[in-house]
Amino acid sequence: MDSTFQSSMQSTMIQATGLTHYYGPFPAIQDVNFDVRRGEILGFLGPNGAGKTTTMRILTGYMPPTRGTVTLDGYDVVEKSLEARRRIGYLPETVPLYTEMTVTSYLKYMGTLRGMPPKLIKGRTDDAVGLCHLEDYRKTIIGKLSKGFRQRVGIAQAIMHEPEVLVLDEPTIGIDPIQVVETRRLIEDLGKSQTVVLSSHILPEVSMICERVLIINEGKIVAEDTPKNLAEGLQGVERLEIEIGGPVTDVLPALRKIRGVSRVTHRSLTQKELYTVHVESGKDIRDEISKAVISSGWRLLSMQTVGMSLEEIFLKLTTHEDL
Amino acid sequence: MRTAQAVAWKEIQVYFSNPTAYIVGMMFLALSGFFFARDLNDPFPQASLENFFYGANIVLILIAPALTMRLMAEEQKLGTIELLLTSPVRDWEVIIGKYIASFVFLIATVSLTLYYTVLLYVFASPDPGPIYSGYLGLALYGGAALAIGLLCSTLTSNQIVAAVVAMGILLVMFFADLASDNIGGTASTIISEISIRSHFDDFDRGVIDTKHVVYYLSVIAFFLFMSIRALESRRWR
Ligand SMILES: Nc1ncnc2c1ncn2[C@@H]1O[C@H](COP(=O)(O)OP(=O)(O)OP(=O)(O)O)[C@@H](O)[C@H]1O
Ligand SMILES: [Mg+2]
Repeated sequence: MDSTFQSSMQSTMIQATGLTHYYGPFPAIQDVNFDVRRGEILGFLGPNGAGKTTTMRILTGYMPPTRGTVTLDGYDVVEKSLEARRRIGYLPETVPLYTEMTVTSYLKYMGTLRGMPPKLIKGRTDDAVGLCHLEDYRKTIIGKLSKGFRQRVGIAQAIMHEPEVLVLDEPTIGIDPIQVVETRRLIEDLGKSQTVVLSSHILPEVSMICERVLIINEGKIVAEDTPKNLAEGLQGVERLEIEIGGPVTDVLPALRKIRGVSRVTHRSLTQKELYTVHVESGKDIRDEISKAVISSGWRLLSMQTVGMSLEEIFLKLTTHEDL
Repeated sequence: MRTAQAVAWKEIQVYFSNPTAYIVGMMFLALSGFFFARDLNDPFPQASLENFFYGANIVLILIAPALTMRLMAEEQKLGTIELLLTSPVRDWEVIIGKYIASFVFLIATVSLTLYYTVLLYVFASPDPGPIYSGYLGLALYGGAALAIGLLCSTLTSNQIVAAVVAMGILLVMFFADLASDNIGGTASTIISEISIRSHFDDFDRGVIDTKHVVYYLSVIAFFLFMSIRALESRRWR
C-alpha cells in the first residue's frame, strides 16, 4: 500500500459506491455515490420517500444493498460487517426501544451489546443521560416516556459508546424547540471528533449543522455541496423584489420589456404594489429597471435582490418546478 | 460471549418480571400436578413420577411455545432488531442468549415440581433412579421444545403465529410414532425415530441411554442452527 493511498483511506470514513436498493420491483435508491470525510457532518436532505432511511439502513449494515458497496473506515459493511458495526452509533427513524426496561438499564444493555468494556459503561451511561437531559428519568420505564423523551433515549444509546461514526435518521423529530436547539448543538459538538451522517427534511436544520448536504429525491442524489455553495451555485435565476408606485397595467408590460428579465409576477398588498422580477443569470439590470421606472414618471419605492433560499433550491431540485 | 450473556441476562429479567411468564409457569405446574395427582388416586398408587413426566411432556407442547414466542418476534415487531443487528453482535450470540434465558426459566419452573418428589419421599419410598433420569429427560425434552419454539419466533413478527406454528410442529413430532405404526418399513422406523415422545420412554423407566440423549441434543442443535440461519437471512431479505 503506498502512502498516498493510505492517507486517502485515513481521511475518508465512509465511501458509498453505486448503491441501489430494490424493495421487490421498486427501486428505493438508484446509483447513489458519496464519500464522507473523517470528522465531517453530512446531511441527507430529501422529501418523504426519497430514500434517506433506505440509505442509512444500508450504511449501518442492517440490510445489504441490491447493488453497490459501502465501506466504513475501510471495512465493507456487508463483507466485514462486524468490524464496520463496531464503529457505528445508530438512531433508527422509528426509535425502537425495549419498552419494559428502565432508561439506565436499557442504556447499559446497549452499551454491552456495543462491546463497551464493563468499567466504562456506568460512567458513559451517566454522561449520555446528562447530555440528553434525562436525569429525572433514569429509573423510568421507557414505555411510560413521552415521544420526545424516547427520542432522547434513542440519541443517548447512539452516542454513549462514543462511536467513530454516528448515523442519525431524523434526530430532532418529535422533540420540543428548546431541546431541538440543544440536540443540534450536541450533534455539532460530536461532529468535532466524530463522523456524523444525519437525515432530515428540515432545511434550516441541515444548513445549520451540516458541513455538506446531499439532496436526494426519488432515490437519486440531485445535488451535493456545502449549504452555502448550494445556495450560491444554484442561483441561476436571481430575483428582484421591487415596490413601484404606478398603474399596474402599465408597469407590468414595461418591466417585461426590459432585456434580461425572464418573468415578472405581481402582488398587491394594502397600499403597496410589489413586483417580483426573475432575472436571467449573471445579469445586473437594476440600473435599467430604475431608469425605466423613473422615465415613465412612476415612483421607485424599493428594490431588493433576493437570493434563493435553501428551501427554494430544495423545492426546485425535488419538484422540477420553475420558481 | 459477553454479549450472549448480556442478552440472556436481559431476557431472564424480562421472564421474571413478566406476569405472562408467571401465568405460563403456573399453568405448567397446575396441569402437570394434575397428572401427578391422578397417580395418587389410583386404587394401587405407585410411588413414582411416571405419570407426571408423561403429563409434563404433553403440557410442554403448549408451554414451551408460549415461553419462546416473544423472544425474537417482539424484536421484529418493535423494530429493536434494527439496533440489535447493527450492533457488533454475532447472530449466534443473540440466539444462544435468548435460548439460555428461556431454558433457565423453564428449569426454574420445573424445579418447583421437586415438591412432588419430596411428597413421595415423605409418604413412601420411591425408587430414585426413574426420578433422576426422568428429570434429565424432561430437561432435554423441554430444551428441544424451546429450540423449536425459538426458530418459529425468529421467522415471524407475530407472537401468536410463532406459538401456533411451534405447537403444530411439536404435536406432529410428538405423535409421529403413532403414525409410523400404520406405515411400516424403513419409513416407519425413520418417522418413529423422529418422534420427540418415543425417545422419552426410557428416561421414564429409569434408563439413561446415550442414544436418546444424543437425539434430544441433536434436535436442540438443529433448531438453534436453523434459528441462527434464519436470523442471518434477515439481512438478505
Ligand atoms: N420495507 C419496505 N418495503 C417496500 N417499500 C419500502 C420499504 N421501505 C421503504 N420503502 C419505499 O422506498 C422508498 C424510500 O423509502 P425511505 O424510507 O428510504 O424514504 P425516506 O427518505 O426515509 O422518507 P421519509 O422522509 O418519509 O422518512 C419509499 O417510496 C418507500 O415507500
Ligand atoms: Mg425516512
